[in-house]
Amino acid sequence: MSNLNDNFSFSETNEREAKKILSKYPSDRKQSAIMPLLDLAQRQNDNWLSRDVVEYVANFIEIPFIKAWEVVTFYSMYYTKYNGKYLVQVCGTTPCWLRGSDQVAKACKEMISPDQNTLSKNGLFSWMQVECLGACVNAPLVQINDDYYEDLTYDTTKNILQSLMDGVEIKVGSQNGRTSSKAVS
Amino acid sequence: MLKEKDKIFTNLFGDETYSLKSAQKRGDWNNTKSLIKKGRDWIIDEMKKSELRGRGGAGFPTGLKWSFMPKDPALNNYLVVNADESEPGTCKDRDMIRNEPHKLIEGCLLASFAMNAHTCYIYIRGEYFNEAVVLQNAIDEAYEAGLVGKNAAKSGWDFDIYLHRGAGAYICGEETALLESLEGKKGFPRLKPPFPANKGLYGSPTTVNNVETIAVVPTILRRGGEWFSSFGREKNTGTKVFCISGHVNNPCNIEEEMGIPLRELIEKHAGGVIGGWDNLKAIIPGGSSVPLIPKNICDSVLMDFDSLTEVKSGLGTAAVIVMDKSTDLVTAISKLSHFYKHESCGQCTPCREGTGWLWRMMEKIGEGNATSSDIDKLLDVTKQIEGHTICALGDAAAWPIQGLFRHFREEIEESLTKIRAA
Repeated sequence: MSNLNDNFSFSETNEREAKKILSKYPSDRKQSAIMPLLDLAQRQNDNWLSRDVVEYVANFIEIPFIKAWEVVTFYSMYYTKYNGKYLVQVCGTTPCWLRGSDQVAKACKEMISPDQNTLSKNGLFSWMQVECLGACVNAPLVQINDDYYEDLTYDTTKNILQSLMDGVEIKVGSQNGRTSSKAVS
Repeated sequence: MLKEKDKIFTNLFGDETYSLKSAQKRGDWNNTKSLIKKGRDWIIDEMKKSELRGRGGAGFPTGLKWSFMPKDPALNNYLVVNADESEPGTCKDRDMIRNEPHKLIEGCLLASFAMNAHTCYIYIRGEYFNEAVVLQNAIDEAYEAGLVGKNAAKSGWDFDIYLHRGAGAYICGEETALLESLEGKKGFPRLKPPFPANKGLYGSPTTVNNVETIAVVPTILRRGGEWFSSFGREKNTGTKVFCISGHVNNPCNIEEEMGIPLRELIEKHAGGVIGGWDNLKAIIPGGSSVPLIPKNICDSVLMDFDSLTEVKSGLGTAAVIVMDKSTDLVTAISKLSHFYKHESCGQCTPCREGTGWLWRMMEKIGEGNATSSDIDKLLDVTKQIEGHTICALGDAAAWPIQGLFRHFREEIEESLTKIRAA
């Protein structure tokens, strides 16, 4: 992970993807592409952005580095350090808290690390508490990388984390058997 | 109770697939050309007749908003759809995007045509990754079928639609911050005027609408503005997707008639309050920004814009957050204060400094380490923030605290006195 960022450039596939992204915006408005391009670069770089990577993206759309860095530090989904293979984000805002998000956080503390933003002993995981993830009727929930795991309890959270550790496939979405946001009848 | 035949979102829960084929069976994209052929004025007129009010929280009449867009064909008008759903309690747009994306895309075409826009951007919150994948697939399907793109749906109107993912900033749900973000900058709200309808994206006339506002457009145009306005009451019409979270037996999203009594909404669709209606303490009826209301108001209030304004709250995004008697209300609201502190963009001093100040004061009260005069000071600070910032985030941080003390000050002071005595 650490060697990737010294001389970063988009892979061939991502170079094509980057061109596709640029084509969504007027040709004199390349800066508009910065968010999707940073996301693309971050995905190629083990889900974090070093200064080199950001410089590369800034050059790619011909804007000063500082303008790109402003964007990186303003938005919460760009990471300036490595967070492990699995980044577990626990929603702790009121609707999740009312449904027991403290128990979900407790499971993360026990299984990953007592502290947020700290790699687990095996180096695979880290967790952090985040603000509303926008799936409040399926509270409490966590986001692990791109996926939401919903309607959690202390036990189901532990199961999910254990399954990821063991490399066992788990179902994304609600963990209590219901379909999306439909009421359990 | 809204009849099944009157529901707009018949696949809200994804019982069927979101694919174009499946959506067409449900009536989406059915002769869209004929709606466009009726002309711009007809569309805007039907939207006015429907009395649809924006579903993103502010409730501004949609038809009127559209009519503000300049008609000069030489201008490069834009439609921007706000899918940056982040108001705590709210998760309705998510279901529309992942299960009914074609309603949204068709709505984008119709709305763009009505506003003389050839280009539409949908700004979706970054965390909704899987939802963005679905929506992009649906957009690709629509392009392949010739429903969008050049001569969209054979209407003669050229129309491009692009998806743009955000990256985790609540403030980008504010329309001008969203435009800044779309231009590749930090999400700092802009001073208004100029309003986006005059100078929006890239300095061009732009209308920003919520996902639900746009997704109901095709059905309104097919069934008629008057059909839509036959639900609810004057100026509070139509159907609405409510999100019911917190202390209910079966939290859920549900499409219902505007103006349904709050109690009926919860008891019919969400299995009632945990422990029964009498175990209810308070409800935040419209997403985290609106003041909570205590049980005695919940007993009879109707779920629409004007009814909730009358009781000094608001319909907002219609995200109903239920709190039963076990809830420590100070902590519940303090968590919202933390949310606003975290999400303040830092541009205006009253909000940047004030939201942190509010949160720390709320924590102090939660710890029992405060007096009545601290509460006075806290409420005074909320008044210093409210109305003194570029965007409404400052107001949104102030209102939940004001609502809490409006209804529960006596109870909170009593518990503070008890702690001091102990």
